[in-house]
Amino acid sequence: MLFSLLLILMKKRFEPKENYLETKKKIGYVPRKESTQATYDRIGFKSGLEVHQQLKTDEKLFCHCPSGIYNESDDYDAELIRHMRPTLSELGEYDGTALMEFKTRKEIVYRIKNETTCTYEIDDTPPFPIDRKALGIAIEISLLSKLNIVGEVHITRKQYLDGSIPTGFQRTAIIGVEGEIPLKRKNIRLIQLSIEEDSCREISDIGHVRTFKTDRLGIPLIETVTYPDCINPDEVKEACNYIRFLNRSTGKVKTGMGSGRQDVNVSCRGGTRVEIKGVAHTRLIPELTHNECFRQWALLSIREELKKRVKDISKWSICHKKLNYYNFNFRYTPVTEAWKKQYKIIAVNLPEFKDILSHFTQPGKIFADEISNRLMVIACLDKPNMTHSEEFKSVISLKDMEKIRKILKAKDNDAQVIFWGPEDDIKTALETIEERCRMAFEGVPNETRKSFKDGTTIFKRVLPGADRMYPDTDSVPIPLEDEYIEQLGQNLPKEVIDMYHQLKKWNVPEDTYTFIFKKNHFPLIDRIIKELKIDPRFVGTFFGHHLKFVEGHHIPAAEFKYSIIHAMFKFLKEKDLDLELAKKILPVIYEYPKIDFESVLTVIKYKKNSKEEIFSHIPFLKNKFRENRKSAIKKDENDWIMGELRPIAIGNLPLKELYVAVNKMK
Amino acid sequence: MSDDFFQGYKGDALEVLKKFNTRVWGQAVIDTTRGKFNGTILPRAENDDDKHIVLKIPTGYNVGIDIKTITEMKETGYKKASYKIPEKAFPYTPGLPGVKLFGTGGTIASRLDYRTGAVIPAFSPGELYGAVPELADICNLETEKVFAVFSENMGPEQYKKLAKAIGKEIKEGIDGIVIGHGTDTLHHTGAVLTFMVQNTPVPIVLVGSQRSSDRPSSDAALNLMHAMYTAGHSDIAEVMVCMFGPTSDEFGLLHKGTRVRKMHSSYRSTFRTIGDMPLARVTRKEIIPIKKRYNQRRKDRNVKILPFFSDEVTMLYYYPGMKPDALDLLVEAGYRGVVIVGTGLGHVNKELYPAIERAHAKGVHMYMTLQTIWGYVHMFVYDTGRDMMAKGIIPAGNMLPEVAFIKLGWVLGQTDDPEEVKKLMLTPINDEITPREPYNGYLVYQGGIPEVEDFIRRVHK
Repeated sequence: MLFSLLLILMKKRFEPKENYLETKKKIGYVPRKESTQATYDRIGFKSGLEVHQQLKTDEKLFCHCPSGIYNESDDYDAELIRHMRPTLSELGEYDGTALMEFKTRKEIVYRIKNETTCTYEIDDTPPFPIDRKALGIAIEISLLSKLNIVGEVHITRKQYLDGSIPTGFQRTAIIGVEGEIPLKRKNIRLIQLSIEEDSCREISDIGHVRTFKTDRLGIPLIETVTYPDCINPDEVKEACNYIRFLNRSTGKVKTGMGSGRQDVNVSCRGGTRVEIKGVAHTRLIPELTHNECFRQWALLSIREELKKRVKDISKWSICHKKLNYYNFNFRYTPVTEAWKKQYKIIAVNLPEFKDILSHFTQPGKIFADEISNRLMVIACLDKPNMTHSEEFKSVISLKDMEKIRKILKAKDNDAQVIFWGPEDDIKTALETIEERCRMAFEGVPNETRKSFKDGTTIFKRVLPGADRMYPDTDSVPIPLEDEYIEQLGQNLPKEVIDMYHQLKKWNVPEDTYTFIFKKNHFPLIDRIIKELKIDPRFVGTFFGHHLKFVEGHHIPAAEFKYSIIHAMFKFLKEKDLDLELAKKILPVIYEYPKIDFESVLTVIKYKKNSKEEIFSHIPFLKNKFRENRKSAIKKDENDWIMGELRPIAIGNLPLKELYVAVNKMK
Repeated sequence: MSDDFFQGYKGDALEVLKKFNTRVWGQAVIDTTRGKFNGTILPRAENDDDKHIVLKIPTGYNVGIDIKTITEMKETGYKKASYKIPEKAFPYTPGLPGVKLFGTGGTIASRLDYRTGAVIPAFSPGELYGAVPELADICNLETEKVFAVFSENMGPEQYKKLAKAIGKEIKEGIDGIVIGHGTDTLHHTGAVLTFMVQNTPVPIVLVGSQRSSDRPSSDAALNLMHAMYTAGHSDIAEVMVCMFGPTSDEFGLLHKGTRVRKMHSSYRSTFRTIGDMPLARVTRKEIIPIKKRYNQRRKDRNVKILPFFSDEVTMLYYYPGMKPDALDLLVEAGYRGVVIVGTGLGHVNKELYPAIERAHAKGVHMYMTLQTIWGYVHMFVYDTGRDMMAKGIIPAGNMLPEVAFIKLGWVLGQTDDPEEVKKLMLTPINDEITPREPYNGYLVYQGGIPEVEDFIRRVHK
């Protein structure tokens, strides 16, 4: 009798992991690979982009420091400290993010290197006039993006209280509004393009101290912002690539690690615009946007569930109790460590939140993670900072958990969070927990989120609004005359979409396009095809496959200028050598860019042979193969003979022609 | 009234606004030859041209539209913005000292001015509390706007008014006084108040900010907290300037009003005590004394207010090849006192001697100070110095040039008798001339030297 009762009790025991899987199913989560447009239509996928691109200039945007010199984190000449305090916007409003950042009470440490940082970067000198070269490039890119160019550039201050800029704001200015980029199947509208100074690079963020270095700070940057016109993850990636290729087509932007970054805005139907910040690579975009859209969909499901349970939200509130460490048998290391640091351990009751904490949000993530991440960012509690009643694997014993529930006077349908931290941070932490839970009743909070390679995201900060803008009282407006813009418009490169169509027309395989656009090789390919009259498909493939391979596997001894490829083809043409030879020459000239082509021929052991001479070897080889034959198949015979003849044939006749000859001979 | 509708617009731009019947703060859709724009029309700064209209677009950015390109413009709405710091009544906490904050203008609190496009001072206790609520934990604050001028517009009238207001407040029993002030002439006011408000029983603290409070990284809030703490809790009853020690948000320094000088146009740590050490360091929680001797806080209210100032005093910054008429013209214009800022140990060229003689004969009081900023005037070292003294120039010791100017103005506001003037000028009231210069009174570290670089790397600048 007793035994069967126990069995029933055990059966009914709540299993968080199961709840996670059930809720995942309930909201209809589908992995990206199995998703179709219908999946995204169902949840109302909507996404737009903010694409950042550093410009290639010698100096920074508002001072005369060199642009693009980076240093290691521990290589610095001085450190200084700032605190950021929210101020009013031009329209007299405080910005939401600003107030949150203030709550975090961070001490910001800047590590500066004299070589790359002057008194401007650290906000001890007002700005110098804007770098005109950078301004010119930004206008060119705006013209390519079909934007309406402003009549006068107004430098604006955009508040950033996270410390990433020592002034507490970024100087930024609009160059154009309302443009458009063409994708393969549709157009994506652009909201605006701005020019701005790049921010500091974060070194660390521990507790109440955040450390930055200032080498990147002030490098000219443009930001292209699209409307949320993308309706599936692949479109977002395509749009992002298009903008990046367009920027690169000018040849006037920086390339390499970190020179191009993007923020992606995502929402689902009924959701909110959430910004995924600093996505390092376009290939990560589809997974990130897919998961974010479903996260919002999950949060809406949580909202519906909570609405059913709580009729009057204004009466909903959390309660908490400080736990006496000695009354419990805590074994979980973070808790015992916290106690050693004299942290307070606090238990919080969340009424009606049972099976909400373990509700699916992202693959491998549950609602409790949303709380934990906010505790880290807003209350400065380093992770692990909490545990809760719905851990997949509980770190607090059942007995202790029961005790905690009793202390909190918890009801069956409640959930509990236990967190720890320094006494000074407890108040903010409690407010943070209550705030996040209250937001669950409303749906999806306005957030900026940080991305991870696995396609998931975590809370970074509250999404700032237009309220954080303020005119820069240290600068005067810069008029842009019609003549100036016309002059800049005269030397624009071909549009990316036209290049795309041209490559298609040339029958160049599509798998080469990304490489060609990314490296801005189209102008050179175009020149080789037109000037040297070489088969376009051959040239395109040569760049997209062979050059790409060589770049990935060889290291040049000196700077490799791509124009050498043009010279190489010209040389082959003039010497009337077969173009296949280019594939053998490329690795050599890539590694030793200063070598002359005649010497390369020696290096690759090229000998001039007539067609007839090469063909004359075929009968001998046929006999040889048949003597030692291991295969009776004709193709094997041909392949073997081709293998034998290829080294002397390359450069003397097309291999196809040779194959035909080999195949023809009995 | 119509002016209000077109705030700051003039000439052609104003005509365009009128033509299309659109106003400042109106939401507008503008068709141009460069495409369509929409947003709110903002006021235009007075000094900007009449060729553009300023628009705040929906994303919060401002852009200018060239009026030449405008083909059509339509007002679709209207919403005037009011820039206001949230005002909250400053709470009273029993047991905390009472501090009076006098507002004079400057960037300690400020707001945007559409007229010039720059920042103008704003001031009210409620606004201050709204912006820096921490102040309520330091003291019970009262505020009074004595006048509102930029620091560079301070002058004799403001000095006298301020001194009298301070005297009145001390007599009424306040525990400390803070004066919010623009930084450009903060040290002039520091000096003048030292002379005009003598024997103060409470701290009198001058404070400003090098970055206007409309920016998140402003030093205003921290400076204000340091100043309030000093005024309310310190036992140094002197006129002091309280500004950043390092450029980092770490601590403030309390400088004597007579020995302090602004040494950098824009650095936060611009104020430095010259030829001596500062009085103390101040954080939000404590005062850490540096100098052992200072005038201590007292219970009595025996303050002496001496609000005198003559505007017939000037300064002459010597340069090589200066011609005598440079001095003659000043004398002709009626100046009774001239502070000469000489080279080296206190020199000017021989060519000036006849002009010096003429000025002396006319009873002009001439005092010698130094372009080197640091060090003493030593006119006995070379013959030229002795010659000049014979011709009536009096060496002003290690008095800073600006302080000598202020003091001469204050003295000539009281007497014209050469002996009396000399006695007052050379008898220090609070270290404007010090009997000795400590070895660490002159520290200008040179970058690039390994020991210095090592020091800078270790200590927050």
